[in-house]
Amino acid sequence: MDHITLLVVVVIVTALAFDFTNGFHDTANAMATSIATGALRPRTAVLISGILNVVGAFLSTEVAKTISGGIVDDTLVTPGMVFAGLVGAVLWNLLTWLVGLPSSSSHALFGGLIGAVWVGAGSQGVHFDKVVEKVLIPAVASPVVAGAAALIATYLAYRLTTRARENSVTKGFRLGQIASASLVSLAHGTNDAQKTMGVITLTLISAGALGHDAGPPVWVIASAGLAIGLGTYLGGWRIIRTMGKGLTEIQSPQGFAAETSSTTVILTSAHLGFALSTTQVASGSILGAGLGRRLAEVRWGIAGRMVLAWLVTLPAAALVGGVSASVVKHGGNAGTVVVALVGAAVAAGIVAVSRRNPVSAHNVNDAHEVALRATEPTRVGTAA
Amino acid sequence: MSIDWTALGQVTAVSIGVTVAVVVVFALGILGLARFEGAREGNGGTSAVGLAQAGLCFLACEAVVAHGICLIVPQFH
Repeated sequence: MDHITLLVVVVIVTALAFDFTNGFHDTANAMATSIATGALRPRTAVLISGILNVVGAFLSTEVAKTISGGIVDDTLVTPGMVFAGLVGAVLWNLLTWLVGLPSSSSHALFGGLIGAVWVGAGSQGVHFDKVVEKVLIPAVASPVVAGAAALIATYLAYRLTTRARENSVTKGFRLGQIASASLVSLAHGTNDAQKTMGVITLTLISAGALGHDAGPPVWVIASAGLAIGLGTYLGGWRIIRTMGKGLTEIQSPQGFAAETSSTTVILTSAHLGFALSTTQVASGSILGAGLGRRLAEVRWGIAGRMVLAWLVTLPAAALVGGVSASVVKHGGNAGTVVVALVGAAVAAGIVAVSRRNPVSAHNVNDAHEVALRATEPTRVGTAA
Repeated sequence: MSIDWTALGQVTAVSIGVTVAVVVVFALGILGLARFEGAREGNGGTSAVGLAQAGLCFLACEAVVAHGICLIVPQFH
């Protein structure tokens, strides 16, 4: 085990931490609307989603061959940069979770890597044309396409079923939602868990612990699958609330239309080789479903904040990744330990702040805003 | 930088087409089911047409789901 240095161990642990936040962040994409309409009980929803994510992780054989899909020059990437990039991604995922904003885990990972490589290897290590092609264009196009599909589908679903018995309609669409939400979860497991597997495998290869062109060892597949499944099961309830309740009040026909649209957009894009963010597709679908029902209220304030978070995700993660990379570059092993400790401390701080106003399976549907402070009628008069 | 408009157009057309088709067929299935359940509760009879409509529509949706699973699972490619 000479090849397993401290840095490699730290990278693997951080990669699994990222995988966990990825599952945690993205449960909402598949399950938020099913939870909001009561198609599935909150705990059942995250359990199904978690299991399907693990299943998806094991099914996927096409493990990522590149760390970034060509966005950065993989030959210049060192384990130190991967570590710094992952720290940026994890911290940004936790911060957006705290304020209940659905932002793309893939963009956070790309951003972190771009920042780390830029600082570690110079700007020639970053392929900016690929960034536009693989990140920017799908980021603009996919929510619009998903939203348009969900809008038309929702409108037609309501037109067709207005005269039918209401409880047959509600019950029918709820059952349909379970199927469509499950498909989103399965697709998520095959896509996102393999990103982490790719990162760990490539790190092991670069450290010499695995031969070139080696596939991921079973323990890598198992741990990546379990990390994302566990994250999904614990559920980012704050984001689930925003997506299920915050953007618009979802009824079961809308939920079905939104999830069908998300599934279709994700599968057609993957089939045609487009990389896209599940989060942005799902959010676009929900907004479209909100617009497709007459008199449904879309809360544009929340939607605007969400879009702002999308714009900031990549640069923000890049900034953290860049700063971490510079510490790792100049500080060596000591620098790595410092970044790991500071990162863990910030993460713990975010979790501590979230405890002030926790959102859980019990209260996820009770409100549509995620506030940082509990809004209690009795306020203790100590100015913070 | 080049934008692959053809692929983008394909994704748009297929996504909207399939989504709308699935939701409309599913809604028709629900209408059939509603008719069947309405008849059963209304006069204790059954609506064979409603049941057949529901069955056919849900079967069509299941076929689409099966195709979706095939697309997701690499072993089926």
